[in-house]
Amino acid sequence: MSAASIIERLAAHLGLEEGSFESDAEAKDPWIRIAGDRLVAAAEFLKADPELDFDTLHCVSGVDWPGDDPPAIEVVYHLTSLSRKHWMVLKTRVPREGGSLPTLETVWKAANWHERETYDLFGVRFEGHSDLRRILLPADWPGHPLLRDWEWPETWHKIPVKPGRQMTERAEGGQMTGVGPFD
Amino acid sequence: MAEQRSPVDGAPLVTLYDEELPPDNSYAFSPEELEEDEMILNMGPQHPSTHGVLRVELKTDGEIVKDARPHIGYLHRNFEKHAENIDYQGVIPFTDRMDYVGSMGNSLAYALTVEKLLGIGVGERVAGIRVITAELQRIASHLLAMGTYGMDIGAFTPFLLCFQQRERILDLFEWLCGARLLYNYNWVGGVSHDLPEGWTDKCRRFLDEFVPVLDEVDKLLSHNKIFIRRTADIGIITPEMAKDYALSGPNLRGSGIDWDLRRDDPYLGYENYDFDIVVATSPHGPVGSCWDRYFVRVREMYESVRIVRQALDRLPAEGDVHENVPRFVRPLAGEAYCRSEAPRGELAFYIVAENKKPIPYRVKGRSPCFVAMGLFHEITRGEMIADIIAIIGSLDIVLGEIDR
Repeated sequence: MSAASIIERLAAHLGLEEGSFESDAEAKDPWIRIAGDRLVAAAEFLKADPELDFDTLHCVSGVDWPGDDPPAIEVVYHLTSLSRKHWMVLKTRVPREGGSLPTLETVWKAANWHERETYDLFGVRFEGHSDLRRILLPADWPGHPLLRDWEWPETWHKIPVKPGRQMTERAEGGQMTGVGPFD
Repeated sequence: MAEQRSPVDGAPLVTLYDEELPPDNSYAFSPEELEEDEMILNMGPQHPSTHGVLRVELKTDGEIVKDARPHIGYLHRNFEKHAENIDYQGVIPFTDRMDYVGSMGNSLAYALTVEKLLGIGVGERVAGIRVITAELQRIASHLLAMGTYGMDIGAFTPFLLCFQQRERILDLFEWLCGARLLYNYNWVGGVSHDLPEGWTDKCRRFLDEFVPVLDEVDKLLSHNKIFIRRTADIGIITPEMAKDYALSGPNLRGSGIDWDLRRDDPYLGYENYDFDIVVATSPHGPVGSCWDRYFVRVREMYESVRIVRQALDRLPAEGDVHENVPRFVRPLAGEAYCRSEAPRGELAFYIVAENKKPIPYRVKGRSPCFVAMGLFHEITRGEMIADIIAIIGSLDIVLGEIDR
């Protein structure tokens, strides 16, 4: 099924009118952006509809956009249909401060660990998640590192953790980092 | 500085700090919830069969595992954060260190994603070299999986035979790019070095000599009665479960699902090669067992040999491997998600780019081992403790990739 018809079908099911939602069927990875409160309905339809049949949730990623109005974290769901061989990207935005999303664990079990990772690194809360604990970082790690304005602590339990500035400074100064053929 | 004191008289080298300890939430099970005869047992983080630094928390009743929770993150370096401060090409060595026994596949997946973002392709010679190195890496990685899996179960000889052959692949890679483990070989738009003179002949000779050894190891291990009894009836992943948890690669095909990106979403011209997708046939037990996953890997090595032979035959003699390497990587604003079939499953990168910036805005690695570990608690419930080892080995995880 082509990306445009997938988007059309999903929008028709959710009752979204033309122009009331953002989508791009011509992008490298066609995507549709929907509101957080419609997320579960969309996911359930994408999985259950025999024409779409998105049977696997491939990946969940967070992207922080502090400069946007309003500041938001975008959560991106990459879906795959093994039976129909098509792909789709579902996007949704949560406010940076105190926002939360419903969990998709009830639709695809793969969401469990991906959502834990997004919570760990971005601080996005997933309502209804069965086990929302940090997964990669220690329980008392300060903050959520993949937020753009996160500050490195100097030490953590007396262990120095802040990386040297060298790499960053070179990159900010426009230098190549020494892996290309032109060094 | 907190006051220092010695906890034991006469043990001056031991000091404690009067500091608040972090809250101990490192346990998923609490002792209060245990029923009679139940016990919480830690397996790892240092354990020979965990293939890295993995801690599995077990709730046991005698020898039977009631429940299991993996705890990961011991190798977490957050290369995704580092990538926000490094230019596009500079991220490649970081990706090498994700799945450190399958580095070629990692840098290939990353390079493909950046090329998709830039909208550039590679020449035929580069594509051929990439296919050859990726498939050799798959063989090396599966040899490691096969050898250590035998050793986990108690068969030592296959391990030595597998490592001898893996060593020869590493020698080929060393000759090619100077490194034996972390290659930094796939660049955006090309590869770092062209094949040296005589490399293809040596590679052909390796393939010719490798296949009989693989036959022998296969005979030694795969159809060994003890090995089958240990593995063919445990760790069952049903096809529904495999889809629900988004497994990929040999783990998915081990559950009987016919899916391989090299055929279903081909890249690097894989559609032009003649090879079969190996799907588990389960002659010894229910579909999706540890033995099925193991045997998919064994048979995939034969298919990889076929692909490498074809790629060597049709490799164009001329061609500059740096031809399409961009002087500057400055993509337009946008994003790309590109998956590829790495040795352990579908490795994908998600890159978000700001307009004409040399540094990526966001890089996310989708690790197949991370996903496979998410279903670990489902397939270990009710198994024996000794079988946990067999199940971990059959998923073929690498902790560097899980923790990233």
